[in-house]
Amino acid sequence: MDEKFLHKELPYNLSNFIVTKNGVVSIDASNMHYRDLNFLIKSYANPSKRIDLYNVNGQRYIGTGLKNNVEIHIYGTPGNDLAAFMDGPTIYVHGNAQDGVGNTMNSGKVIVYGRVGDVAGYAMRGGKIFIRDDAGYRVGIHMKEYGNQRPILVVGGTAQDFLGEYMAGGILVVLGLTLNNGEKHKAKFIGTGMHGGVIYIRGQITHIGKEVKIMELDKNDMNLLKSIIEEFCSYFNFNIDEILEGEFKKLIPYSTRPYGKVYI
Amino acid sequence: MKSYIEPEFIVERDNEKCIRCKVCINQCTYDTHYYDPEDDVVRSRDENCVNCHRCVVFCPTKAITIKKNPTQYTENWYWTRENIVDIKKQAESGGVILTGMGCDKPYYTYWDKILLNASQVTNPSIDPLREPMELRTYLGAKPDKLEIEMENGDVVLKTKLAPQLCVETPILFAALSYGAVNFNVHLALARAATEFGTFMNSGEGGLDPRLYKYGDHIIVQVASGRFGVGLEYLNVGAAIEIKIGQGAKPGIGGHLPGEKVTQEIARTRMIPVGTDALSPAPHHDIYSIEDLRQLIFALKEATDYTKPVAVKIAAVHNSAAIASGMVRAGADIIVLDGFRGATGAAPKVIRDNVGIPIELALASVDQRLRDEGIRNKVSIIISGGIRNSADVVKAIALGADAVYIGTAALVAIGCTLCQKCYTGKCPWGIATTDPWISKRINPDIATRRLVNLLRAWSFEIKEMMGGMGINAIESLRGNREHLRGVGLTDTELKILGIKMAGE
Repeated sequence: MDEKFLHKELPYNLSNFIVTKNGVVSIDASNMHYRDLNFLIKSYANPSKRIDLYNVNGQRYIGTGLKNNVEIHIYGTPGNDLAAFMDGPTIYVHGNAQDGVGNTMNSGKVIVYGRVGDVAGYAMRGGKIFIRDDAGYRVGIHMKEYGNQRPILVVGGTAQDFLGEYMAGGILVVLGLTLNNGEKHKAKFIGTGMHGGVIYIRGQITHIGKEVKIMELDKNDMNLLKSIIEEFCSYFNFNIDEILEGEFKKLIPYSTRPYGKVYI
Repeated sequence: MKSYIEPEFIVERDNEKCIRCKVCINQCTYDTHYYDPEDDVVRSRDENCVNCHRCVVFCPTKAITIKKNPTQYTENWYWTRENIVDIKKQAESGGVILTGMGCDKPYYTYWDKILLNASQVTNPSIDPLREPMELRTYLGAKPDKLEIEMENGDVVLKTKLAPQLCVETPILFAALSYGAVNFNVHLALARAATEFGTFMNSGEGGLDPRLYKYGDHIIVQVASGRFGVGLEYLNVGAAIEIKIGQGAKPGIGGHLPGEKVTQEIARTRMIPVGTDALSPAPHHDIYSIEDLRQLIFALKEATDYTKPVAVKIAAVHNSAAIASGMVRAGADIIVLDGFRGATGAAPKVIRDNVGIPIELALASVDQRLRDEGIRNKVSIIISGGIRNSADVVKAIALGADAVYIGTAALVAIGCTLCQKCYTGKCPWGIATTDPWISKRINPDIATRRLVNLLRAWSFEIKEMMGGMGINAIESLRGNREHLRGVGLTDTELKILGIKMAGE
């Protein structure tokens, strides 16, 4: 039953795990339960501008439901649902991340110096996610957009099947930087069920969903892409010119109502 | 292609009563009636009529009668008109047939095979008009034991309680998404829930910010499309409901047609205007009970463990085992939606053939959780075809903590179950987001009608409880001794956990 409550006070002396120096709060997350860790992050996110988390090892929900304008650096491997429902913070993951990064995220940034698992950016409504290496299945599923809220998700490497499934908005970029020369993206059913937004892919793709068409990039696309890749490169020390030299494809849906005629 | 389908209904107009006021023409959103100036007469295109009764009710001289088309196919018990017409429709279009509201087929209705008890001689019945009667109940996880302390002569509860929803009557308004219904309907539901001390459910389309002030009486829903789900939305609600499935369409996703996605709906759902709002069949971050636990706790983390998290599933064959898993995954409330549960749009073949009766699902879930000793860890809300207060009482005696009403609430504000919600043209102004038609729901009047319904049913529930000699709804919960079956087999009685009448 206890698990259904948030402890109002620290259950054991968590302050032993915290060091504050030059306004940066450092937390040693060794063997810490995610609830304690997130309780600490929420407690310190307001007064401090930067929180560093060390020895993170699979703790879920880091940054979940967090809305302060805080910068979080994660050293280690955060668990699932990193930055879920997040609204504002910037999270740097110095390592790999797992499933559900930025799940239903509203604003803020996640920068991953490594790879991520499945369903990254699920139903993302705003903000940016930059992944240096590869991503798992169903990345960018059901991303949305409205008005000025236009989420951006960039995968530096390649991604698995059902990339951008059900996309209703936003921008999904896959750069293929981890592919060997001549190697193709293996993802199947790219953009299946897609009815909004845009996917830009660098390199050869082998299989797309029946709801999307492949287009050449125009000038506006190139400008948009350039600004996104510029930001990507600013985190990961890639050469933007080399990336832009690659061949890009643009995937957009045929229709905003893909199943309008299926039902009577 | 010429359609071979004949009109289902015939509009008859008494031309002596008709004053040519054209109200019927203005009220019909299906373009059935038209004025013929040459003959100064109002005529009807029967093939457009859906028998919604809007014109019948609003005709000032009661000149209109709608009849079933007397021209019928050769009588055939096996090949009904519906079978024949559906095939013709599909032969003409190649499409999946959509429908609205709940399953209308004559499957067994167990509510009608269950009778309630009343006190005679050996224990006194209670008169609710003059004696206290408690319908209030709390929804949420209950502790295994309560620890109390005496402080200055007062009893003080030491055990920390999980967050609870307090309802003044065991009836809540079921999920009707913003987009399936319009703002005026949502507003009326929110106001009525607030006034009566119960809850409305936002459904999966998010919540218009104008309703945030009613948040203490709103359960906000998170479904596979994650429409309108943001931190503010999660925190403004009194509880969060994860929708896994729906009784009207278990196992399939949802399509809100682009016609219904107006500016307001688009803003709340965060998709472009006119786009189909597609809900995937599963949540793609939930493929197991462990994954469900992950989302439950993501939502708890996002709301600092201050709100109960409910999980809604459609009643299916292995509901009891799933329910056990849901409790162990950390759900505070589980919602079971039976196969009579309604929808704004579902393929008819799914609505009419998938899922199981809520009575059996409820009884088996309640029993399973009791057998496993975890019934206290969760409250059960059932939904799917609750038609009257007797259904509510029977549901609670079978083991529910409370019920959701959707169809009944809509009928209260005008719905006549014409089952055409998916067209977005609801002539009663309910299942439409067209700004002009939506005005037909006056939020003040609709609120009154909803509150009246809750008041009437609540009083009837008290009358039935009083007759049984029970003065608190919580004493009725799972009290199957007060139920008896008629015309049921041994297996049915066993699953329902009730005795045969006469036993």
